[in-house]
Amino acid sequence: MHKSSRKIVAEVQVHSGLKYPHRLSLYDQPPTEDITIEEFETCAIDRLRVLSEIESCYARNRPFDELKEITHSQSEKHIPLDHNSATTKDRDGQRRKDNTGHFVLRLAFCRSEDLRRRFVKAETTLFRVRYMNTTISERREFHKSGDFDWTLVEVEERKKYASELKLVPDASPEDQYLKVRWTRVPDLVEKRRVLLKDGWAYVPSRELSSIVFQEFQTRLERALAMTAKALPWMDEDTRLEPILANLSQGFIAGVGSEWGANESTGEEIRAEMVDELAHKHFPMCMRNLQENLKRNHKLKHFGRLQYGLFLKALGLSIDEAMVFWRKSFTGYNDDEFNKKYKYNIRHLYGLEGRRANYPAKSCQQILMNDQPGAEDSHGCPYRHFSADNLQTALLSMYSPQGLTEADLPEIMGTVKAEAFHVACTRVFEITHTTQNVAKGDGIGSGETVTHPNQYAAASRALERASGDGDTVMR
Amino acid sequence: MPSAETEPPTPELMLVFYRRLYPFKSIFKWLNHEHTPGRLFTHREIAFTLQNDVYLRYNSFTTADEFKKQTCTLNPTRFEIGPVYTARPRDRKTIRPGAFTPAQRELVFDVDMTDYDSIRTCCSGADICKRCWGFIGAAVRVLDTAVRQQFGYRHLLWVYSGRRGIHLWVSDREAMGLTDDQRRALVDFLTVVQGGKDMNKKVNVRPVVKGQGRAGDLPPSIQQAVDQLADPFGDLILQEQDCFRGEAGWKELLQLIPDSKIVERLEQKWTRSEDRSSYDKWTDLKEEIKALYKTSQARQPMKQAMQDIILQFTYPRLDAEVSKHRNHLLKAPFCVHPKTGRICVPIDPEKIDEFDPDLVPTVGQLLRELDAVASEPSGEEHSDWEKTSLKPYVDMLEKYALGLMSEVRKDRLANDMTW
Ligand SMILES: [Zn+2]
Repeated sequence: MHKSSRKIVAEVQVHSGLKYPHRLSLYDQPPTEDITIEEFETCAIDRLRVLSEIESCYARNRPFDELKEITHSQSEKHIPLDHNSATTKDRDGQRRKDNTGHFVLRLAFCRSEDLRRRFVKAETTLFRVRYMNTTISERREFHKSGDFDWTLVEVEERKKYASELKLVPDASPEDQYLKVRWTRVPDLVEKRRVLLKDGWAYVPSRELSSIVFQEFQTRLERALAMTAKALPWMDEDTRLEPILANLSQGFIAGVGSEWGANESTGEEIRAEMVDELAHKHFPMCMRNLQENLKRNHKLKHFGRLQYGLFLKALGLSIDEAMVFWRKSFTGYNDDEFNKKYKYNIRHLYGLEGRRANYPAKSCQQILMNDQPGAEDSHGCPYRHFSADNLQTALLSMYSPQGLTEADLPEIMGTVKAEAFHVACTRVFEITHTTQNVAKGDGIGSGETVTHPNQYAAASRALERASGDGDTVMR
Repeated sequence: MPSAETEPPTPELMLVFYRRLYPFKSIFKWLNHEHTPGRLFTHREIAFTLQNDVYLRYNSFTTADEFKKQTCTLNPTRFEIGPVYTARPRDRKTIRPGAFTPAQRELVFDVDMTDYDSIRTCCSGADICKRCWGFIGAAVRVLDTAVRQQFGYRHLLWVYSGRRGIHLWVSDREAMGLTDDQRRALVDFLTVVQGGKDMNKKVNVRPVVKGQGRAGDLPPSIQQAVDQLADPFGDLILQEQDCFRGEAGWKELLQLIPDSKIVERLEQKWTRSEDRSSYDKWTDLKEEIKALYKTSQARQPMKQAMQDIILQFTYPRLDAEVSKHRNHLLKAPFCVHPKTGRICVPIDPEKIDEFDPDLVPTVGQLLRELDAVASEPSGEEHSDWEKTSLKPYVDMLEKYALGLMSEVRKDRLANDMTW
């Protein structure tokens, strides 16, 4: 694809005996030789399988150890890369396939901001897992080749900041430090795992991999932006276009779908039904918002957003939503309400602003984005309540449906392990025992809660299956 | 005459204000970093809020004069400043989608008194007084130090938000270019008070000591903040606000104490002597710690809890969303707050404690001052602000902008030399 890089590749070949001297790659050399359409497609599809698995790991909120395991086995299966010492294997062939697949997918995924972001995330994860599975000497060689531009902090400087370096988490007196601009290690800065001085991050050498991962990500982001600019020129090749379009579709379909209004059961919900539905079918985050709304007759912005979109996806029409919110905000006269909130509610329904059809927020979004401030009541109770308040709230909300004090230790244990969605799933199981839901069943075939609307939908489906809805309330 | 009275401005007042007083030229220099209009100005989004609450986004201008002319024509109640885009915002419809994205933006922060409602005892909601301004003062000191010393930025402009908060605009070149990910990392680094209103302990920033499972020392940046906040905590929380005098207050305090024996003793003592001041109660706590043996296992957690309490009550509470995204819009300096009529004036962080929100000029007051100096026509309209109490504030922005411009010039020179 790029002719200029041929010469460099040739030099490398002389040096190591292999055309691709390292298993790991920052993908700065596009494939130079002729590629058949078939090869073009296979390399890409095999890589795509691995990346989709990575994406669904994220979607399912799997802990990093599981994600690492899955990524490793998937990559061994579809795009293996052997150590330089594996002389019986076609190492150059493996690496060529790895490289080709990566560059084809760049073409497929540079087209939109969203695809670029997801591609970068999955590729960076793949790189990270592979990096962790290399030997120390391989890493050392790779670092030398990568032009990473870091400086070792001299003893004098280390002494000067000794008292503060000592406070960096997990610090030990033997640590060596590398100095880089803080912008190159945002993840370490975010977690306060470095000392910051005048914009420089003092990174303990054991965190060096963070710099490498960040560099991988930054370079890939930059490269994708460049590819996106050059793309109109690529579109002329009509044989590739359908393949590329197809590839990017596959990525989208591979992930859990969003829960928009169209996924609801089609049943219309009326404003006056909300409170009863909340008692019977809502997960705790939404119960909490409903209770807060009833108690305070108002909700702050992110609370309205989280709850409003949930109700929309549940089947509350814009007209009913207007009735619901109007009735709930008793402290305001019509004029104030219309002025302050009407636009807001219409906006949720895509009738104002950029008229987007906003999907309801998933658990992951509720857990990770828009952290509740000191006065807020949105978020996930399992994560954002303190232990006391969570237990009190669990009992007061769910004891009518069979949750007892004896259930609390187990739930709190899961919360402590930060498996919030698992805690929520367990509460679902407990509160649906009368409908023959047992421990481990989840919200159906063992699935865990990943979306509040999925929780509510599963609960309502159980009620419909067990016959008359009204008899369930005791 | 400075006045504590607030006066919502009329459209007529606003128009005169834009025509004769608003410092468009200084704002231009501040945004543009040099005299000749560059992308920093021409590709910059300005969003107007009109008198009828219509919100006009994606305006952009080629010169300061054009900016002023359009502002006078629209006569908005206020306007906001957005990012510098890859193309002129006003041309965005003619540009290929994807080619119009935010490229640069000042790093901004917003601290608002409403986030302190659960701890301040003097006012609530939209109200603010000199006493609760102490929270803002503490926030400014900590943030100003952190942004300068830890992140190494030099060009910080603090601006009163017109009612009950403060904004910070950082214009260093690196800060302007930060991606959203980098902004998020920076804000998370600076965020210490977290958890919703149902979370009692809102400060959980201590790393776990490896292999021991106990909470360790504060990270260096936060230790520095605690050192800075010890005095403000005494003045503000213990004296001015007297947060722990009432029962609700001291019960909240005890919930943050890890040692159940101490909690029990103090609960009894404080229930008996109802009117013990916050200062006395804090002293009681300190005495309890002193009474513990130096080697006692219970001592370290108690000392940590005291530090965490100082943080929970005085560490800056940031509106994180404002800072995380390049395309967040923020009200421009020198706008008029539509409810109070006060001008969003720059503030010198060194003199933050002397600042009194009640003494900030209102638009009505400024126009009366103008009338008072008679109608001698000045050579140029722009300089009318010189005749009013707006002058020191415009001078401050002007001086700030000149500092920024001279650095940009120096940078450019240095770059030229390398060729
Ligand atoms: Zn006050």
